[in-house]
Amino acid sequence: MSDISKLYSEKVMDHFQHPHNMGKVEDCSGKGRVGNPVCGDLMELQIKVEKSPSADGGKEIITDAKFQTFGCGAAIATSSMLTDLIIGKTIEEAKKVSNQAIIEALGGLPPVKRHCSVLAEEALEKAINDYLEVKKKGRIKI
Amino acid sequence: MHRRFKKDRTESGGIMSLDKQVYLDYAATSPVKKEVLDAMLPYLTEKFGNPSSLHSWGQESRQAVDDSRRLIAKFLNVKEKEIIFTSGGTESDNMAIRGIIIGLGARLKKEAAPMHIITSQIEHHAVLRTCQYLEKNGLAEVTYLKPNLDGIIDQNKVKEAIKENTALVSIMYVNNEIGAVQPIREIGKMIESENRKRTIRETRIYFHTDAVQATEYQEMNVEYLHVDLLSFSGHKIGAPKGVGVLYKKENLPFQKMIFGGEQEMNLRAGTENVAGIAAIAKAIEILQENKAEKVEAVNKMRNYFIEKIEKEISDIELNGSRELRSPNNINFYFKYIEGESILLNLDLVGIAASSGSACTSQSLEPSHVLVSVYDNPERAHGSIRFTIGEKTTNEEIDYSVEKIKEIVEKLRAMSPLVPEK
Repeated sequence: MSDISKLYSEKVMDHFQHPHNMGKVEDCSGKGRVGNPVCGDLMELQIKVEKSPSADGGKEIITDAKFQTFGCGAAIATSSMLTDLIIGKTIEEAKKVSNQAIIEALGGLPPVKRHCSVLAEEALEKAINDYLEVKKKGRIKI
Repeated sequence: MHRRFKKDRTESGGIMSLDKQVYLDYAATSPVKKEVLDAMLPYLTEKFGNPSSLHSWGQESRQAVDDSRRLIAKFLNVKEKEIIFTSGGTESDNMAIRGIIIGLGARLKKEAAPMHIITSQIEHHAVLRTCQYLEKNGLAEVTYLKPNLDGIIDQNKVKEAIKENTALVSIMYVNNEIGAVQPIREIGKMIESENRKRTIRETRIYFHTDAVQATEYQEMNVEYLHVDLLSFSGHKIGAPKGVGVLYKKENLPFQKMIFGGEQEMNLRAGTENVAGIAAIAKAIEILQENKAEKVEAVNKMRNYFIEKIEKEISDIELNGSRELRSPNNINFYFKYIEGESILLNLDLVGIAASSGSACTSQSLEPSHVLVSVYDNPERAHGSIRFTIGEKTTNEEIDYSVEKIKEIVEKLRAMSPLVPEK
């Protein structure tokens, strides 16, 4: 009997079974909700942005990120991997995290599941924009 | 029985160490029964003759095909020459629908074309895609009936859909996803009475049923059902994949689909799958032994499964009818979570089931059955089908429900759709 789990790389199955950073961020600085349950996947990413100690120029750093996802194995694994990839990065660095980078970090995704990584990239973009927007309006003190 | 103990499979790419497996996907396929295997094996080895050959090797195989045909004809209460062996349910469905429509077209010439087919939105793709093919090529116009909220096709809706040029009604006996048992006998009797009202200029209406999911548990007497054509398959009932049956009432206008030799009353060319045919006959013979008791036992097991899930897990809904339901089918909508991630988790603890989710298919389209019945793609994405067999045990169900509960809780903990308390 073949396993459904063989559809996915070991890394994907690992993140699917033991997702990292699941849940919500307390006092989050930005959030992005993308997808639609009608289409079978919905992802919400929340990020916490803080200024780093002045020694390295006081950059805005993503100090925490958490996700909540309704979706298939690939959707859950890409969400989990996304949080791993962005925590500790500056906003500028995080903006460069692409869906391709997520796929590579997961050791590949079946072609039919690539849209899950696009969804993760969109969630990130939306969360960062949300943060920048709120900052612009001066509601957040960094 | 189909719960096995096995070793760690990490070297093959798996990442788990499983100690048991529970197979709950009998509607997808079933294992070949021991007695069936014993009955078919000789026709793969020493009794290998071609039934069309005159010599004793050939005659031995011919005998097996004839005996099988007799047994199946008796099971359906029809004539032997009305049984056509095919490669499976899909071929039987294709043959029935295209055979009648193209056969009638040839008989009626162009004045009556295109003919009208009535079917349902919840048929198997073997029926749906065949109808769509005929539609696309201008050979038929098709009405796809929507079921009611229990997944049942109302016979009155079939009656209302009948038009002057209606030539074929094709309604499945038991739906493969939600187990809804359709009123085949009632539809059959209604069609007969409509046919009596027809003038000599009109074609009569023929009635086909796809009985692939019904064979083991429902009444299969064709006289009782009032059908003209009926399809079923071997691998759902303990015979191997690659063999099926089409019952076709004699003297119907009918066009053969596979050309070649004159096998199967000149209706389906190709050297007979003798071993497969011997196997499907044996499987039919076995399923008739104590059928009522077996159906009752599976029915009881199903009720136990349904009640246990309803007791243990919140925010769920049963898909399909509670009363008009196949004894082997359990199908639930688990709110706020997605089917593929449920299936993956089930597979990791050794449980085999199937899902209405788009994510398990290449097409990324959710189940057409659940979408048709409930008009809710979200429900299709979050639904799981469990189908049991006569070997399923209470202990297996207890283990499965315990695991389902854990998985549902785990996935709901990460779902953004769960309402805030």
